[in-house]
Amino acid sequence: MSKMTMTQKILAFHAGLESVTAGQLILANVDMVLGNDITSPVAINEFERLGTGRVFDKKRVSLVMDHFVPNKDIKAAEQTKKCRIFADDMGIENFYDCGETGVEHALLPEKGLVTAGDIVIGADSHTCTYGALGAFSTGVGSTDMACGMATGKAWFKVPEAIKFVLTGKPKGWVGGKDVILHIIGLIGVDGALYKSMEFTGDGVKNLTVSDRLCIANMAIEAGAKNGIFEVDEQTIAFLEEVGAKKPVVYKADEDAVYEREIVIDLSKIEPTVAFPHLPENARTFDAIGDIKIDQVVIGSCTNGRLEDFIIAADIMRGKKVAKNVRTIVIPATQKIYLECMQLGLLKDFIEAGAAVSTPTCGPCLGGHMGILAKGERAVSTTNRNFVGRMGHPESEVYLASPAVAAASAITGKISRPEEVAGDKD
Amino acid sequence: MNVNGKALKYGDNVDTDVIIPARYLNTSDKKELAAHCMEDIDKDFVKKVKQGDIMVAGKNFGCGSSREHAPIAIKESGISLIIAQSFARIFYRNSINIGLPIVECEAAANEINESDSVEMNFETGVIKNLTTGKEYQSEPFPAFIQSIIEAGGLVSAVKSGKF
Repeated sequence: MSKMTMTQKILAFHAGLESVTAGQLILANVDMVLGNDITSPVAINEFERLGTGRVFDKKRVSLVMDHFVPNKDIKAAEQTKKCRIFADDMGIENFYDCGETGVEHALLPEKGLVTAGDIVIGADSHTCTYGALGAFSTGVGSTDMACGMATGKAWFKVPEAIKFVLTGKPKGWVGGKDVILHIIGLIGVDGALYKSMEFTGDGVKNLTVSDRLCIANMAIEAGAKNGIFEVDEQTIAFLEEVGAKKPVVYKADEDAVYEREIVIDLSKIEPTVAFPHLPENARTFDAIGDIKIDQVVIGSCTNGRLEDFIIAADIMRGKKVAKNVRTIVIPATQKIYLECMQLGLLKDFIEAGAAVSTPTCGPCLGGHMGILAKGERAVSTTNRNFVGRMGHPESEVYLASPAVAAASAITGKISRPEEVAGDKD
Repeated sequence: MNVNGKALKYGDNVDTDVIIPARYLNTSDKKELAAHCMEDIDKDFVKKVKQGDIMVAGKNFGCGSSREHAPIAIKESGISLIIAQSFARIFYRNSINIGLPIVECEAAANEINESDSVEMNFETGVIKNLTTGKEYQSEPFPAFIQSIIEAGGLVSAVKSGKF
């Protein structure tokens, strides 16, 4: 009877309603409220204006210091200090700062703080990442975060959805990043505006959880409210491994209403690069040409997980980065950093001439740890290539997978992984 | 309630990184943020904007980062209203939550030119271009959002028990 999408079912449950329809305004309970070192200080100001004096649940607020961490300057240090004092005063359990922190959207799944069926709101646009685990998660602003911390609730307009039916298996070095850049190229940066992107189909099983996190992460770059994957054995295994709460699995109704349906054959996707200055400017190598670069960044909430560094190291091992190409490798969490060390990947990167950094969002948003000068170009595994995103307003960012970024670091120009490392086994 | 001001016009996909670049996000001081508003897309914005001016833009205005600093910087710089073909959803939410009126109206967004004198009545949703004499009917806010605006933003709505 209900004809609901996955997203609509999660929203209905959390609003205490039997069913919801697209366009309906609801007030829903949330399972986790998240903020970072940039958005939380503004939220704390608003929270104090509210005057409730306490957060709704000390276990269900996460404050992750990641954007300008380790503190890049005095003002940034004041911001994290404000968050630290607030976390102490409120008894917030999930406060992470330098030494135990990580890029928030890599950290929360790793700590088991999100499970399938949850609603997560975060004052960071890439909060949509957790849709990879079957949660409804979406970015909000600081005021929503403040009200969420106080009440444990948020208002939503129930979104309609686009159904992406994935088929086939990605070939060679192609991964989640190529898939999502291809999709954004197809539908545009406002192609899913206000909507859900729901990923289903036989092809989902051929994407690792890491691939799915990368794809859901960039749903916002198509304007989407959320991106969500159907839960399968891989999702359940991941959630068990990280010790997350018991998952609640929602499947779309057979007759759920979708705004449209798009079939994506994963086997046909090629390594894809998004040209400046929009993620929708996706190109494959037949249309890329000879583009010299000054910097490579491998990391971020999009591609800073262990699997990403294994791929990058497989390409860079035993080779040297091109002269004058600053190559910056940033494991997204302390755990990933340690695993990279134990697997010998850090040695591969350092011997190749790359700089390896402690976890931070850093250069992704032009914060610190790798800023571009006027006219410089970077290939980056991050998620945005807007004007001035990584530094000077006249610099350029090309978005790519870890495989393309690693290959480009070696050649000094935007390159196919095969050019450097041959076909992938 | 009426607003009235000179139009400042921008294109499609104006993102929050150009509205307020991340290099200025080490503060939440409204005046400091406003001092760098639109810096990477329009260096002269801060010099030319006057209290009450109206921003007019294309599709997907405010896309990208969820930084509330973006609508805060715009509001603090004196802008009284943004008219666009469409808004990115987090920016839309944030603007309502901090009490910055924003309205989607494709025809008005297309036809209003830089420096035109523009007026809007929030009760009727009518946008008037005083320079050309043309009128546009925009979709009024849903009652739910109207109640947040009436309370002066989400925090005040929650405080007053309306939420």
